[in-house]
Order: sequence, then structure tokens, then C-alpha cells
Amino acid sequence: MRRVVVTGLGVLSPLGYGVKANWYALASGQSGLSKITTFDTTDFTSRVAGYIPKGTGEGQFNPDEVLSPKEQRHVDPFILYGMAAGSQAMQDANWLPESEEEKNRAGVYFGSGVGGLQGIVDGGYLIQKSGPRRMSPFTIPSILINLIGGHLSIKYGLQGPNIACATACATGAHAIGEATRLIREGRADVMLAGSSESAICPVGIAGFAQMRALSTHFNETPQKASRPWDKTRDGFVMAEGAGALLLEEYEHAKARGAKIYGEVIGYGITADAHHFTAPGGTGAKRAIEQALNEAGISPDQVDYINAHGTSTPMGDMVEFKAVKEIFGDTKVAMSSTKSMTGHMLGAAGSVEAVYTLLAMQNNLMPPTINLDNPEEETQGFNLVPNKAQEKRIDIALSNSFGFGGTNATLLFKKVSE
Amino acid sequence: MSENIAERVKKIIVEHLGVDAAKVQDNANFIDDLGADSLDTVELVMAFEEEFGCSIPDDAAEKIRTVKDVIDYIQKQV
Repeated sequence: MRRVVVTGLGVLSPLGYGVKANWYALASGQSGLSKITTFDTTDFTSRVAGYIPKGTGEGQFNPDEVLSPKEQRHVDPFILYGMAAGSQAMQDANWLPESEEEKNRAGVYFGSGVGGLQGIVDGGYLIQKSGPRRMSPFTIPSILINLIGGHLSIKYGLQGPNIACATACATGAHAIGEATRLIREGRADVMLAGSSESAICPVGIAGFAQMRALSTHFNETPQKASRPWDKTRDGFVMAEGAGALLLEEYEHAKARGAKIYGEVIGYGITADAHHFTAPGGTGAKRAIEQALNEAGISPDQVDYINAHGTSTPMGDMVEFKAVKEIFGDTKVAMSSTKSMTGHMLGAAGSVEAVYTLLAMQNNLMPPTINLDNPEEETQGFNLVPNKAQEKRIDIALSNSFGFGGTNATLLFKKVSE
Repeated sequence: MSENIAERVKKIIVEHLGVDAAKVQDNANFIDDLGADSLDTVELVMAFEEEFGCSIPDDAAEKIRTVKDVIDYIQKQV
């Protein structure tokens, strides 16, 4: 079977722009969350969020580095972020297709959970206020989810498969898993895979708040608001971000002497078939089992799990129980980096794949911060509370679960040769 | 007055297409010389309509190819 390895990483999140800034914050257990500053939150129950730091300083995102001011006007921020993450991954991998054949064998699989939400809202306002003739011709291409992939293909000449997925908070993991399959089955040699999200806008916040999904009791202490498995957790904190991996067929990567972060050895995909927003059933457990089985890995071989762990009262424990049933009292430890980033929705899966690979590379497990009073049921299980822990990590797993009851698990392994 | 219109037209083109003002000559073609695509030209026409308070129907907009075409059309309208 064709093996698939990761040779490039790209990430922007509330913890910063780029791998270096993100890893520094993860290793030192810093929160990237703050009060919502981009609109008036007076009547909102949840007033905290995670913004990508913007500016020209170190670890800050400067959009002008990715697109000209003219081009920026024609894309929603989720496309801009996706392009930024994708570009980072391409640069990190130090690879560009040159021949026509190489271009035809390289593609993009890039998704988003909700796409250009604010752009749709703005279009709605404009058409009511000024009529259909005032609608910008860029409205539609600025909100379409697959346009991240479209723009990246144009920028880098990636002429192979070009697909997007939209599986809510599992989007990033699905994009990476599906892109891996395309390389395995021989449709491409290289795939740029990832996801992006920018939904911190009034409709996004109010919409999730009305589902009672968001944290509302930590509005004055935003950095305490995301607290997976802690007894006082009360919902997730919405964040923006984007992550990308350059996936490459192993021989292709080896032939050009690429640096290899790890191999994608397993991928689990299931549905709860239970409820359209509430987690339940056996979906999470089966996704993890599928990923392990595909790779021929037993639970006691897994060193680290990067949890979905969004800090919702129900979701955290459903995931914990699934993990506990499979892994029991093995050496595995699990942390939720969402305690620091908040929940980047569709971007979470790809950003956390980057984090999982970095944890493996550095043999360091980022902590679950704000874990002051863990749920009784989690006693005895290492959730990496509050401080990063050193550990040799050869095999690591990343979970992503989405509305609609869709689940994806990615399993990575260190490549030793 | 006509010079004023030409200046205003050129200013809009520079802002929307992000091109160097020196390139926006009367005979410059939007697509070939100024790098506009079909969506850019739709957006430009909207910007001209807004700036000059006139209406440029699609039939007329399709005939506009150069900077001078725009200036001539608007001079006839306002």
C-alpha cells in the first residue's frame, strides 16, 4: 500500500500565526482567548472568543503577506485564513510542482464548517437596503467553501483533485483523511489538506449561544472560559483559525529528501445516527477503533490523544467514556488543546492535526489548562492537567466530532528512517 | 467639468483594480492592460453608477472596453 506522510505544516489560531508561535503557547499552557471586540455584545449571553492575533509583529497575522488589498476585498476571512495556512504548509515543505505531470498529480482538499457566514449576512442586508443591482459580483465567490481550494490551486498550480468538505467541527480531520485516501489509491502524489473557519460574528455567536452550546459564565475571565472535563465547564468558546498539512506519498517525499513530520497510518469515519447536535451512540468509539484497526495498532501502543474536548458539559464526557472503554488503563494520555485555543469549529481538526504532529516531534504533550476540578469519572486518567508533560510519543491520535453526529479520527506515527 | 469626470473615473479604477495610476491611460483596455476580469468589470460599473448617480445598463456596459469608453459614456449621461 502507498504510504502517506506529512511534509509541511501551516497554522494560524488564537495562539498565533505560524508553527513557532503556536508551539510556544501550547508548550507553556497559554490561553489565546479574550473578550469579543469586533461587535457590541451587550445583549449576548456569551461574550468571549478566540481571535487570530493580527498585526506585523512576530507571531501575528498580516493579511498583506498573503493577498493584495484588492484581492482581500474579494474573499471572506475564512478563505484568507485558509490560504495563509495552505501557503505556510507549502513553504514549510519547500516543494512546488514544476512539470505538467507533477502539477496534475498534486491537489487540494480544504474545507470549512460554515464558510462565509458574515458575507451571507452582509449580502442579505445589502439586498434589502439597496436592491439586487447593488450586490457585489464577488459575494458568491467570497462565501463558497470550496474557494479556498480554488485559490490555492491557482496560486501553486495544483491541477489534480480539488475538493472541499463541510462536516462541521470534523471538517479538518475529514479533509486530511480523505486527501490521504486519494494519495493511497493513486489519484495524486501530493495533497494540500486542511480547513479554515471565521464565524465570530453576531449571527455565529447568537446562533450557537441559542443552542446553549457556548460558555456564558466566564465573560469577565475569558482565559478561564474553555475548561474541558472541569466540573465548572459550561460550553465552548468560539474561535477562528486555519490549519494545513502537505501530504505526500512516502517514496515521493523520500526521493526529494523532504523532512517528514509523521505518517498518517489510520483514519476512522463514522456517524452517531443519534441526534443532529447532541453527541451519543457509539460513533466516537467506532471511529477510534476503525483508525486503530486500519493501522493494525493496539490501544496500548498509542502514546497521546489530542481530544475533541470542546468544554461542553455533555460532549467532553461522551468522548472520555469512548476513550476509556477502548484504552482502559493503558499508558495513553489525553489533552484538549481547545482549553487554550477555544473551538475553531471546522478549522479545529486540521489545526489539531498540526498540534498532534508537533507533540510527536517534540515528545511533549500540551496541557489541558483550567482543569482545576476534574470530573470524578476521569480520576486516574492522565488528562495532562494545566502543565505540559514530556513523554516519548511515537503514535498519536486526534479526534474530531461534528454536528450531524459525524466523527473522524486520525492516527499518526513517527517515521524513524 | 469633463476633466473632472475623467479624473474621478480614473481614481475609481485605481482604487478598485489596485493598479498604478500611470497605467490608467485613456486608451487602456480594462482586461488586456489593467488586468481586470469579468467580475472586476461588473464591480467597476457599479462603482461608476454610484459615483455619478447614473445607470449603466448591461447592454451598454458590455460595450465598454477602455477607460475612454467609460468617460465618453458618463459625459453623455450627466
